Amino acid sequence: MVLPTLDSTPLDPTGLDRRDFVKVCSMAAAAVGLPSEAAAAIVENVQAGRKPSVIWLHNQECTGCTESLLRTNHPTLDELIIDLISLDYHETLMVAAGHQAEEVLQAAMEENAGAYILVIEGAIPMKDDGVYCKIGGRTSIDLVSEVAERAGAIIAIGSCASWGGIPSAAPNPTGAVGAPTLLEGKTVVTIPGCPSNPYNFLGVALQYATFGTLPELDALGRPKFAYGRYIHEHCPRRAHFDAGRFVKQFGDEGHREGWCLYQMGCKGPVTRANCSTLHFGEMNGAWPIGIGAPCFGCTEEGVGFTIGKFETVEITDATPPSTYPPIFSSREGPNPWATMALGGIIGGAIGGGIIAAKKVSQPSEDEIGLGEV
Amino acid sequence: MKNGHGVPRPVGGPIMTPVMKLCLALAGITTLLLIYRFLVGLGPVTNMTDGHPWGLWIAFDVVTGTALACGGYAVALLIYVFNKGKYHPLIRSAILTSALGYTLGAIGVIIDLGRPWWTWKLPIFFWTWNLDSVQLEVALCIMLYTAVLWIEMAPVFMERWEQEDDKPRLQEFSRKWTPILMKAMPWLIALGIVLPTMHQSSLGSMILLAGPKLHPLWLTPWLPFFFLVSCIAMGYGMVVLETMWSRTVYSRYRETSVLSALSRAMVVVLLTWVGVRLFDVIASGKSAYLFNLDRFSILFWLEVLLFLAPAIILMLKPTRTDRDRGRLFMASGMMVTAGMLHRFTAYWFAYNPGDHWNLYFPSMFEIFVTVGLIAAEVAAFMYIIKKFPILTGRPSAALPT
Repeated sequence: MVLPTLDSTPLDPTGLDRRDFVKVCSMAAAAVGLPSEAAAAIVENVQAGRKPSVIWLHNQECTGCTESLLRTNHPTLDELIIDLISLDYHETLMVAAGHQAEEVLQAAMEENAGAYILVIEGAIPMKDDGVYCKIGGRTSIDLVSEVAERAGAIIAIGSCASWGGIPSAAPNPTGAVGAPTLLEGKTVVTIPGCPSNPYNFLGVALQYATFGTLPELDALGRPKFAYGRYIHEHCPRRAHFDAGRFVKQFGDEGHREGWCLYQMGCKGPVTRANCSTLHFGEMNGAWPIGIGAPCFGCTEEGVGFTIGKFETVEITDATPPSTYPPIFSSREGPNPWATMALGGIIGGAIGGGIIAAKKVSQPSEDEIGLGEV
Repeated sequence: MKNGHGVPRPVGGPIMTPVMKLCLALAGITTLLLIYRFLVGLGPVTNMTDGHPWGLWIAFDVVTGTALACGGYAVALLIYVFNKGKYHPLIRSAILTSALGYTLGAIGVIIDLGRPWWTWKLPIFFWTWNLDSVQLEVALCIMLYTAVLWIEMAPVFMERWEQEDDKPRLQEFSRKWTPILMKAMPWLIALGIVLPTMHQSSLGSMILLAGPKLHPLWLTPWLPFFFLVSCIAMGYGMVVLETMWSRTVYSRYRETSVLSALSRAMVVVLLTWVGVRLFDVIASGKSAYLFNLDRFSILFWLEVLLFLAPAIILMLKPTRTDRDRGRLFMASGMMVTAGMLHRFTAYWFAYNPGDHWNLYFPSMFEIFVTVGLIAAEVAAFMYIIKKFPILTGRPSAALPT
C-alpha cells in the first residue's frame, strides 16, 4: 500500500498538516493510556509508511461494537482509519462490495502477511459445519481460520467474539462459540463487552501498531489494564453498598438518591471490566450503573445472558471489609447510671469542697502566720 | 529549697489508712478495667464514636488533668521568673502534684490512643515528624515535661536515700548524682517553664483546628491564650487547695501568709482572662450569641462567672481571721472549676461534629477509669509525702514519725 510521506505539506486535500497530525497521534496515545513517547512512535511509524493493516471480520452479531467504535472522538473514527491504521477490510465500513471486496481481503493478507491485525466481531457458529453464518459463500469457521493463520495479532472484540455472547445463550441453536475456542492455540486478545468499550480496543490496537507488543493478558485473554478488577471495586456507588443503603425498587427514594443497585440484580461484584472508571460515548456517567440500571454482567462469561437480569449474585471477592468503621455509628446517649455516677461525683466534689473549706478555716494551734494575712 | 518556714520533712505515719485503702481499691479495679480495655479495644468499652473520637479521657485526664497539674509551672514561674523566693515552701508539693498529674495525663493519652503500642516511636523517629502538627508538639512537650518534672523531683528522693545506711547502693547513687543534678537544675527549671507554656496553649490550638465544629463562642483564635492563662489560674488554685488541705490533714503549718500573697497574682490572672474573653467576643461581633439563652450562652456566662467570682472574693478586704483561709480555699476551688469547665466546654459541650452524631456522654467504664486514675494519683501523693521530704514545717507531735 502506497502512502504519501509526511512533511510540512498537507497530508491530504482536506488540509491536515503535520502539526494537526502529531496532535491526533498524541491524543490517541493519551486516550488509550499509552506512554507519552508512544505518540512520537506512532508519528514515526506512519511517516515511514508503516500504518498497521487491520482486517475486520463480522460474524454472528449486531455490529454494536463497530457502532460503539464509530462514536469515539479521541481519536475520531476518520482520524483512526485514515491516519493511524489502514483499515483494509471491514464489512460495514468499506466502500467495496461483492467480488471486489473479497479481492481487497486477499490483497491485504498477501501484502501484510504476519503483520496485520485481525479483529473478530461476533460469535462463530460451529453446529452443522457452521452453515448458520456465511459471507461470500464461505462459513465463518473457514474465513476466520484462514485470516487468523497469517495475522500478527488477533483481537476478539465484544462478548460474542470473546466467549459467545448472545448467540451462545441457551439453548444456543447455532452452537455459537467465541474466537478463542475456534482458534485454540493462538493468542487471542479478548475485549468482551456488549458493546465493548472502544478505548479498550484502541489501547490494544495502537500498542500493537506502535510497539509490536500486546498488553498483559489474563487467563481469558483479557487485557489486565481493563479487566483486572471487578466493576464493584471502583463503583461510584460503592460507599452506599458499604453503608448498607440499597435501592429496593426502581423509582424509590434510594433509586432517586443514587444508592447501590446490588439488590436490583447488579452484577458488578462478579463482573470484571473498567466500565465504572471509563464510561461510554465519551460522556461522564454514561454507563448502566451511572444511569440507574444494575450492571448486566455483559463482559463475563456465565454472568451476562445467563443469570437473570434482576437476580442477585453471590458476593465472593468483594464483601465490604469488616474493619471499615460504619459511616455513622450510634452510641447510647446519657445512660441513667452514668449520669447518676457523674452527678454524684460532681455533687460530692462540691460538697467535699465546702466541708474542706470549713475545716481549713478552723483555727489551729499550729498556726503562727495568720496575723500576716 | 530549704529556706522559708522550715525544712521539708517526711510526714511519716501509717501508710495503710482507710483513705489509702479506698484509693488503692479503686485503682486496682481500674487496672483490671484497663486490661480489659487493651484486650477488646476502645469501641466496646467507651461511648466514643468517629464523630466524638475524644471523650472523657482526653477532655478530663489529658486536657484538664495536665492543667490541674500546672501548680509546679505556676509556682516555678513566680519563684524563678518573678524571683519571689518566699514561695519556696510551696514548690516541692507543687512539683509533686505536677509530676503525678502529668504522669496520669500521659497514661490517659496511652489509654485513649487507638494504637498505643506505637507510642515509643514518637520521640525516636524524629525524621518522620510532621513539624506543622500541633498534636506532635503537645505529645513531645508532655513526654519531655513529665520527664523533667520527675528529674526535678529527684533531689527529694535522693535526700531521703542519702540517709538510708542499710541501702548502700542507693546511698552511693544519691551521693554521686546529687551535685550533678544540682548543677543541671537551673536548666531543668528553665525547660520546666518553657514546656508547659508551649503545650498548654497548644491544647487550645488543638481543638481550635476542629474549626466550625466548635460553637462560635469558643471558636476564637484566642483560645490558646485562654487555655494558657486559665492553666496558670488552675495551677495556683490547685497549689492552694493541695497545700491547705494536706497541711490541715497532716497538722502542718498552713502557709496562709504565703498563699494569700499568691492571691494577688491570681486576681491579675483571672481579671485578664475575663477581660480578654469578653473583649474578644464583642470585638469579633459574636455578642449576639451571648443572649440566646441556649445552653451555650449559659455555659459561657457560667464560665465567665466562675473566673470572675474568685477574683472578687480575693479582692475583698481581709478579715485577718481564720475566715480568710476559708475564702481563699473557696476561691481556689472556683478557679479550678472555672478552668475545668472551660476545657470541658471546648472539648466536649461546645463541640458538635454534625447532626448525625449522638451527643457524647461517657460510659460508666470511662467514668470509672477516670475515677480510678485520680484515686491512684491521690494514693501516690499520700505515699510520697509520708515517705519523702515534701512538706515543710514542724513534724506534728501527734503523729508517730
